[in-house]
Amino acid sequence: MKNERLNTLTNGIVKSNPTFRLVLGTCPTLAVTTQAINGLAMGAAVTFVLLCSNVMISLLKKVIPDRVRIPAFVVIIATFVTVVQMVMKKFLPSLYDALGVFLPLIVVNCIILARAEAFASCNPVLDSALDGLGMGFGFTLSLTFIGIVRELLGAGSFFGLPIGSLGNVSMTIFVLPAGGFLVYGTLMALVNYLTALAENRKYDSSKKKGKKEAKA
Amino acid sequence: MNLYFVIIIGSVFVNNFVLSQFLGICPFLGVSKKTNTALGMGFAVIFVMSIASVFTYLVNEYVLVPLELEYMKTIAFILIIAALVQSVEIVIKKFSPSLYSALGVYLPLITTNCAVLGVALLNIEKAYNLFQSFLNGVFAGVGFTLAIVLLAGVRERIVTKSVPEPFRGFPITLIAAALLSMAFSAFSGMFGIV
Repeated sequence: MKNERLNTLTNGIVKSNPTFRLVLGTCPTLAVTTQAINGLAMGAAVTFVLLCSNVMISLLKKVIPDRVRIPAFVVIIATFVTVVQMVMKKFLPSLYDALGVFLPLIVVNCIILARAEAFASCNPVLDSALDGLGMGFGFTLSLTFIGIVRELLGAGSFFGLPIGSLGNVSMTIFVLPAGGFLVYGTLMALVNYLTALAENRKYDSSKKKGKKEAKA
Repeated sequence: MNLYFVIIIGSVFVNNFVLSQFLGICPFLGVSKKTNTALGMGFAVIFVMSIASVFTYLVNEYVLVPLELEYMKTIAFILIIAALVQSVEIVIKKFSPSLYSALGVYLPLITTNCAVLGVALLNIEKAYNLFQSFLNGVFAGVGFTLAIVLLAGVRERIVTKSVPEPFRGFPITLIAAALLSMAFSAFSGMFGIV
């Protein structure tokens, strides 16, 4: 049982990573990752909304009539997004400006609605919370990673700190929209390659094991 | 007059919603396998966006602002869009079955298309009046259609080519989108529109 819970939590981080495996929530992924810190902030905001909406929807799943479930989910999600907006505007005004229109647009981020529909509406509260947390972490990690790559190549800095003289040879294309698509596509191909490599190794080792056993 | 021209060129080319503002990427990647379906999705988006721009403008101007409820904007707008999409679906199903069979399947998807909510929020942010909002909605939709149809054309050719294994599917599509976006970035700075 405990193992299952752990699986629910790690599922979103590696196996069905929302950014690289499920390819959901691509708009903020591309738009805010010009700097690593923006990616991190966006990820944190989405994690908070995902956790709260998953818990809330899981609690209310017996009360919400099936026919109006989508509008009901959207209202719940929009409420939490508004909370995030207010808190960020008050305490982190510079990040609020940097994320711009993409902060209210968390409402229509497909990951959140997808998890509500696919997981929270048919699972107990604790599992839904873990799922939200795991998916949120997966999203945050991917966004921060893309942000680090783009910031390093495009501006020659790491979380806003300039690295040596890298700033002099930076390639501006990577912080422009085209660079966003390019980095995202290349990283996704890299993830696919590594996954295939890991699976092959597993397959090979199991084949070797089989041979050894056959010999014995 | 000049301002209208700037809005039109700006939202179709310079600030293309998909390729330079990253709005509506999900349908851009999801529904762009064939040119026909891409075109259908595009028209559905133009339709909903133009109506949504008008309705959200009216609600913001005559309900939210007088009552000082601007912080409810996100919730109010998403509800308007959801209700609008649903009613548009019912109306065209009743009056134009042929249009319904062309656009029907795409309409529910549009509720969660961030381009629609995005255009509504940007209209308010840029302080456009009613007609300017409508214009921005229509031509942002046209820009979306242009981008998705172009990408669909590229993808129809990619599937016949031998792409390296890890790049198959989404990665190569993203690379193609990167090239499209690079081409569109040539428009930036045109007519002094940033």
